[in-house]
Amino acid sequence: MLRAITLCLGLFAAFTAARAEDTIKIGVILPFSGQFADTGVQLDNGIKLYMQQHGDTVAGRKIEVIRKDVGGIAPEVAKRLAQELIVRDGADILAGFALTPNALAAAEVSAQAKKFMVVMNAATSIITTKSPYLARTSVTVPEIDETFGTWAAKQGIKTAYMLVSDYGPGIDAEAAFHRAFEAGGGKVVGTDRMPVANADFSSFVQRAKDANPEAIFIFVPGGTQPAAIGKALANRGITPKNTKILGQGEITFEDALKSLGDDAIGIITGFHYDPNHNSPMNKEFVAAYNKAFGRNPDIYSIGGYDGMHLIYAALAKTGGKTDGPSLVDAAKGMAWESPRGPISIDPETRDIVQTIYIRRVEKVNGTLVNVEFDKVPDVKDPAKARMPK
Amino acid sequence: MIAPALGVLFDGFAYGMLLFLLSVGLSVTLGMMNFVNLAHGAFAMLGAYVTVTLMDRGWPFLGTLPCAFLASALISVVFERTLFRRLYRADDLQQVLLTLGLVFISVAAAAYLYGTMQQPIRLPDSLRGYITIAGINFSLYRLFLIAVALTMTVALVGTLEHTRFGAQVRASVDNKRMAAGLGIDVDSVFAVTFALGSGLAGLGGALAISIVGLDPNFAFTYLIYVLIVVAVGGLGSIRGSLLAAILLGVSDAAGKYYVPTLGAFLIYLVMVSLLLWRPSGLFGRR
Repeated sequence: MLRAITLCLGLFAAFTAARAEDTIKIGVILPFSGQFADTGVQLDNGIKLYMQQHGDTVAGRKIEVIRKDVGGIAPEVAKRLAQELIVRDGADILAGFALTPNALAAAEVSAQAKKFMVVMNAATSIITTKSPYLARTSVTVPEIDETFGTWAAKQGIKTAYMLVSDYGPGIDAEAAFHRAFEAGGGKVVGTDRMPVANADFSSFVQRAKDANPEAIFIFVPGGTQPAAIGKALANRGITPKNTKILGQGEITFEDALKSLGDDAIGIITGFHYDPNHNSPMNKEFVAAYNKAFGRNPDIYSIGGYDGMHLIYAALAKTGGKTDGPSLVDAAKGMAWESPRGPISIDPETRDIVQTIYIRRVEKVNGTLVNVEFDKVPDVKDPAKARMPK
Repeated sequence: MIAPALGVLFDGFAYGMLLFLLSVGLSVTLGMMNFVNLAHGAFAMLGAYVTVTLMDRGWPFLGTLPCAFLASALISVVFERTLFRRLYRADDLQQVLLTLGLVFISVAAAAYLYGTMQQPIRLPDSLRGYITIAGINFSLYRLFLIAVALTMTVALVGTLEHTRFGAQVRASVDNKRMAAGLGIDVDSVFAVTFALGSGLAGLGGALAISIVGLDPNFAFTYLIYVLIVVAVGGLGSIRGSLLAAILLGVSDAAGKYYVPTLGAFLIYLVMVSLLLWRPSGLFGRR
């Protein structure tokens, strides 16, 4: 009896293992709970929409997505989840990664296990150097802020005061904008690093006001901060009429604009995607997204959507082969039209190359939107371009 | 350097008043029944979401504030009657576990019902913008917040000092057993006080949306600050909560203005120093 049962179990295991060979498993590691839950949800929506539109079969094989919640900034958890996905769940590809520390930890696993990894949001330059099988479809902070700094200096802005959040991306943004702005002839008259979980910005805004700069550059993460700092600026009498307010696109996210109201009109930001981007492909994308999820997509959604495109396209190119080296070779140099504009994967750095848009907040048909009025195409990550080869 | 600092200090004072509204209920109930109610932040969040929901349906902002107060007060009574009173005699750890569990549930429920995104609201035009007095800008909304908080303080202190109910509350806080022995229905007194405290938290939550934003993690984020105010102010003391909240709000703002590299750390430095000087809090009893 025991032998019969064992035989059956063995056959069953072999049968399911054999069937599992046909499915390509993508392990998605994202924060679905905690402070960054909204980022995780939007990114995952991008993944879901892509699969909804393009089906779940590529190169004759079925795609299965296994989602794991990393809960927030937790590199040890991310590493463990990546290991479990590969070893226990048989994942062929790792994807997701909203936060830099988690991406760096999982990159180690990708390098060791030789698995293709697609970073769909985390924006620190060095991430792609941590594994030769890693590609990124989101953006890097220097890509945005060095471009923006150069642009600001070109507009003739002479002095700027910088307010950034005191954590990885904020410090990256500070360094990037500072370098490019001063290289262009501007002068940074002061910088303040603000606590990441800051609730009240009045003090920092007042310090910026005291220095009397021509422009104030702001970097804060999405969530509660953009609206809060916007209001602090308005309350201290700083408006785009008397001081240029510059920032990375997070400060004019949809919910921030809704909260700020007309105080936001005139804020200039640099970013790689806005749901109001005027292209037929984007209009379709936004309509489909709203139909599926009841809200507008944002930069996290587009990172997830384009990341899935990269995975599907790479798999189609390798004919279904899922080993790291094949997939990453297929991904290198891939170029396509995304709802955000034309993008490609740099064959040397495996990082994304895209257009950076300069936008201004304006009231269009009664709603506040980021209107793109200038752009810099084919921007590669400048930080890696400077690194010794 | 004084004039700009005054503007910053005013904002810090307003932030302190907001913290006071969020904390006063917890201070009184902790002092009175020794019940560690970490779910207090969840009631604040409830009030905030009530305001958001009503405003989505077109209610004016000011009209939603009493509803936020009532909703939190009523729902807290339900929890008090069904869950909390079973643990009045339990030890602190069990109370913490229960109420902390409730906070987790509330965060997940908020994320499920409203989504994980920010919930911005549009303030009425009468509360937007600022007025300028002697070259300093005073935000209209913060002036409104301070006015509401001061009114609530006066109402609270008035109730406590000049009504019979207030006397019963004070007696129960001072010595529960003696008060019960004198025929005061401590259970009802506590239930009403609990409801009032949670109602104030709900009101504070609703007012906080335009200062610090609202998302499902609000219950956790502000729990920390509320506990700091209660610990520094002393349990059971309204005066203590008020002073502690103002102190924390102002020192946070002043610290960030004069020594920004210390950033948010100053609030904790102040807390540790005060508690070292007065371990039971500024006006604590134990």
